[in-house]
Amino acid sequence: MAERPEDLNLPNAVITRIIKEALPDGVNISKEARSAISRAASVFVLYATSCANNFAMKGKRKTLNASDVLSAMEEMEFQRFVTPLKEALEAYRREQKGKKEASEQKKKDKDKKTDSEEQDKSRDEDNDEDEERLEEEEQNEEEEVDN
Amino acid sequence: MADMVVGKDKCGEQRLVSLPLSRIRVIMKSSPEVSSINQEALVLTAKATELFVQYLATYSYRHGSGKEKKALTYSDLSNTAEESETFQFLADILPKKILASKYLKMLKEKREEEEEENNNDETDDDEAES
Repeated sequence: MAERPEDLNLPNAVITRIIKEALPDGVNISKEARSAISRAASVFVLYATSCANNFAMKGKRKTLNASDVLSAMEEMEFQRFVTPLKEALEAYRREQKGKKEASEQKKKDKDKKTDSEEQDKSRDEDNDEDEERLEEEEQNEEEEVDN
Repeated sequence: MADMVVGKDKCGEQRLVSLPLSRIRVIMKSSPEVSSINQEALVLTAKATELFVQYLATYSYRHGSGKEKKALTYSDLSNTAEESETFQFLADILPKKILASKYLKMLKEKREEEEEENNNDETDDDEAES
C-alpha cells in the first residue's frame, strides 16, 4: 500500500498545528524541529503497532483492537496516555451510537411524513451526506482488510 | 429530537482526531506482521500519536535550551531522545548533530586509541612470554 516513502509521512500542516497548540503562544519552532517531530510521530505509529500486534498475537487474534493499543501504551511507558485515550474511545463509541440512532430515527420519520417536519428536512439531508460518506469509508476498510 | 442533539454535538465538539486516519492506517499496515486493524484501534492509534506529538514537543521545550529565546530547535529534540528513557526509541532517527571536522577528529582519536591498545596488548603478550 505504501508505494512511495513519503506515504509514511504525516501531513506537516496538521503536525505543526498540534505542536503550536501544545506550546505556549509565540514559541518559534524551527523547520528542522517540525520535520523531526513529524518523523518521530511516524516511528511512534510503527512502534505502537508492533507492540499492539504482540498483544493481539498473545491473544491469538488476527485483528488489532482497542485494548491491544491501550496495552501497547503501557508497555511503551506512555501510561499517561491511557486515561485520555479511554475517554476518546468512549466519545468515539458515543458518536457511533448517536449516528446509528440518528439513521434509525430518520427511517421512522420517512414513514410518517408530516408538514411540520418539512423544516427539519434540510438538516436531515446534511446528516444523510455525512453518514453516506462514513459508510463508504467503512466499506473501503473492509475491502483493504481482506487483502 | 434525536437528530437535533446529534447536530449540536457535531458543531459544538471538536473532531475526535485531527490526523488523517487513512494515512495512519497506511503506516500501520506497512508493518509486515500486521494483518488487520479494527476501526477503534485505528482511531486510538491516531489519537495516541497526537498525544505523543504534544508530549514530545512540550517535554523537549521544557527541558530544552531555547526557553529564554522562546524557540524549539532540533537539538532540543535530539537531547530528549538521548536523555529520556521513554523517548529512547527515537535516538536513531533523531541523532545528535556534529560538525564534520569534529567527527573526523573523533575518528582519528579513536584510531589512535585503538592503536595504543593494540600496542599495549602486544607488550602485555611480551611480558607474559618473558
